Amino acid sequence: MSLLEVVVRSVVVLAAFLVLPLLVGQTEHKVMAHMQGRLGPMYAGGFHGWAQLVADGVKFAQKEDVTPREADRWVFRLAPAVSLVAYLVALSVLPLTSGVVGADVGAGVLFVLAAMAVGILGPLMAGWASANKYSLLGGMRAAAQLLSYELPMVLAAASVALAAGTLSLSGIVEQWHPLWLVWQLPGAVVFLVAAVAELQRVPFDMPMADSEIVFGPLTEYTGLRFAFFLLAEYAGIVVMSLLFTVLFLGGWQGPFAAALGWLWTLVKASAVAFVVIWFRVAWPRLREDQLQRLAWLVLVPLGLAQLAITGVWVVLTT
Amino acid sequence: MSDDDSVRTRAERGPERRGAATDNMSDRTMDAEQPEREPERGERGGLVPGIFKGLATTARAMVTPSHTAEYPDVLPDLPPRSRGTIALLEENCTSCMLCARECPDWCIYIDSHKETLPATTEGGRERQRNVLDRFGIDFSLCMYCGICIEVCPFDALFWSPEFEYAETDIRDMLHEKDRLGEWMATVPPPPALDPGAADAAEVTALSKPVRPGRATPPAGRP
Amino acid sequence: MTSTTDPRELTVGVGAGGLATADMVLNIGPQHPATHGVLRLRLVVDGERIITAEPIIGYMHRGAEKLFEVRDYRQITVLANRHDWLSAFSNELGVVLAVESMLGMEVPERAVWARMLLAELNRVLNHLMFLGSYPLELGAITPIFYAFREREELQTVMEEVSGGRMHYMFNRVGGLLHDLPAGWLGRVESTIEDVRGRLPDLESMLVGNEIVHARTRGVGVLSAETVAAYGVSGPIARASGLDVDLRRDTPYLAYDQVFSSGGPGRVVTRTQGDSLARLEVLLEQVHVSLDIAQHCVGVLGSLPQGPINVKLPKVVRVPEGETYYATENPLGFNGYYLVSRGDKTPWRLKLRSASFNNVSVLSETLPGNLISDMVAILGSMFFVVGDIDK
Repeated sequence: MSLLEVVVRSVVVLAAFLVLPLLVGQTEHKVMAHMQGRLGPMYAGGFHGWAQLVADGVKFAQKEDVTPREADRWVFRLAPAVSLVAYLVALSVLPLTSGVVGADVGAGVLFVLAAMAVGILGPLMAGWASANKYSLLGGMRAAAQLLSYELPMVLAAASVALAAGTLSLSGIVEQWHPLWLVWQLPGAVVFLVAAVAELQRVPFDMPMADSEIVFGPLTEYTGLRFAFFLLAEYAGIVVMSLLFTVLFLGGWQGPFAAALGWLWTLVKASAVAFVVIWFRVAWPRLREDQLQRLAWLVLVPLGLAQLAITGVWVVLTT
Repeated sequence: MSDDDSVRTRAERGPERRGAATDNMSDRTMDAEQPEREPERGERGGLVPGIFKGLATTARAMVTPSHTAEYPDVLPDLPPRSRGTIALLEENCTSCMLCARECPDWCIYIDSHKETLPATTEGGRERQRNVLDRFGIDFSLCMYCGICIEVCPFDALFWSPEFEYAETDIRDMLHEKDRLGEWMATVPPPPALDPGAADAAEVTALSKPVRPGRATPPAGRP
Repeated sequence: MTSTTDPRELTVGVGAGGLATADMVLNIGPQHPATHGVLRLRLVVDGERIITAEPIIGYMHRGAEKLFEVRDYRQITVLANRHDWLSAFSNELGVVLAVESMLGMEVPERAVWARMLLAELNRVLNHLMFLGSYPLELGAITPIFYAFREREELQTVMEEVSGGRMHYMFNRVGGLLHDLPAGWLGRVESTIEDVRGRLPDLESMLVGNEIVHARTRGVGVLSAETVAAYGVSGPIARASGLDVDLRRDTPYLAYDQVFSSGGPGRVVTRTQGDSLARLEVLLEQVHVSLDIAQHCVGVLGSLPQGPINVKLPKVVRVPEGETYYATENPLGFNGYYLVSRGDKTPWRLKLRSASFNNVSVLSETLPGNLISDMVAILGSMFFVVGDIDK
């Protein structure tokens, strides 16, 4: 790959990384508003507030950069970057359509899961470095939660990889068949639940429970750093939705896949993002021990069961 | 109204009841006609978890037009008795100071002086008149109770539904009598009363007998 | 964490002994997204488990009882409005009822039923507020919007009759300030029907929701003995099985007619005493209050023409003596202890507020729970800080 190609691919991935989360965020504003009987942003940009998040970005950029005196300076300042870069790296290996991907990695599934696992460090660093008791509690909760939910996610992804016979994300999509929706369903449910938990979204947003610990690890963050954390959250939704689409919904497969594959990917990912937003609007949050119980006593066995089913199927059909 | 009975607390019951061996509390309810209100709180019978009801409601709310009124493009429709601001009809005010005295917050400032008017007829008495110099209401103190309006014997104070008079400087919240007089334009007429209300005093006074001791009632009085 | 076995101790050996832990002092409040108002809870926590909890109140003390002493009985209504601001009408009602009882005043029947109607609508307003804010503390961000929409509809109706949406200032010694506007009863009726029709939406977000159950079932159990010992009253007491409701037990206004058999009034109780029971009591009380309100509308429509208040002398002087008058506020018992020395201002007007007792039980309920449970319990101990601090 020439240098120019690397640069072009990086720029495109960066552009997607900056634009798609904003779309998800704006969708959340509007969807949440209408589900609650409100209207959502209406003024920014003139037409139904489409530029609200752009305005928010500008607002965050011009805020004062506050680092608490007692905070662990460099850990505090680097925490948002850790969250953000992890999801950026993960996004770069997710294929949009056949042949269109930032970086075609042979072991895509492994790479994506590993990259996202690094992102776990962000809230932990923020929670510890903030010198704030609420942040500490949030950081502890985040640590427990994010580590626990890695396993069900890995199990579900492994099941799909096993069924497709490859770790490459493009390869999985090529091997996908609509019948997978049926017998990979437990795995899909496990992955969706685990993904929502990894994103620390309701009903799993205990680390950020604003009614208990103000904002958890993010309590002391203001301005652009805070905006980066939020961007990381929405970028995470984008990454998880795309990953779910690629693994369980068949990515770009659909009518006229050659020409419209990219559209199908985006449509399916949008549907998944909508479901994630829907969960947030409709449900309260689980207590952290209930969260953990769900992960270890429900999702892990289900994931293992799915893996067993997949293994049996693969053996029987080859 | 939802026809899904299961969303009602009354019907929303499963077979389990945690620890309530006797539900004697509901025995003490007086109304025997109401359906049984057992504190059952088990899972709903059925395969669909209860959390999906929440999803259904939010989905339905999403496609229902929103009931938000976009203020300030749309102004609220306020009823006549709405307590927005206080208007002063200066010519009615006699500086009796009742409002200033009755205000629980002491936020009304009245200054007046007495003027002596010469007699209008020959050999007549000079008249004394109160002239209102200053009438100020400090809306930063005002608790919008309405006692001043209630107590004014001369109908000089009125409620107005105007509420958009926020200021950036708290000293501007002290409205003097010219500003209070401007609010008069926004005072709505009082609402008509319910048919069950007692007749107004002016109506009942007609049916009262003429007080004894007068051969004929003075002109203008019933 | 009360639904599982006893807490287990885990000793991790590092080198010579176990890991040393220190208890952390965590102040919840006075500025906090979860405490409604300026309540401060000083927690000592071990990790996330609460060891001790101490509610520290007084951040909102406004000296109401002292202010009462220099104001006459109409001005007191303005201040009395404001201690439990979610059910302002009920507060006003308590004051004027106490004064009327000392004066031996008979209030016209129209005023009695109108007061009951407005008090029950106020109860619905108060309960809807908590039905919205409690799920918000649990993390459900939508029910509060549904609840507030219903509140807006009811507040419109209240504004039409009194002029205020929250502080009605509508009760006077001897009745109500103005009579009802024309057509108002019809609007109240249609609003009650609308609210009733949309309540299933709100309920569907809460009732049967497994996550709500998981957060509230078995959490913060209050035994009936604790409730009686601390003087907790209102929906919290009834959720623990204490069958006490002043509207039925020491009826005022015309509640004896409403709570008699065949009437729409019902005392709602539960036996479990946990947060879920308190939530259920609140939900059901909304239904009952709407029934009572509807009944009052019917009665008011059928009453003959009559006055809405008693004509008072220029200066209202309460004869010497004292009385304690308690009403069933939406949050619990709200009592006024009025001592008069024959003046037009009270000598002492002590306020027994429901929230004060409701909050005092926290120091006993919270220890042993996790911080998440603390939020669930705090939210279910329906209180208004102005009511605690006066």
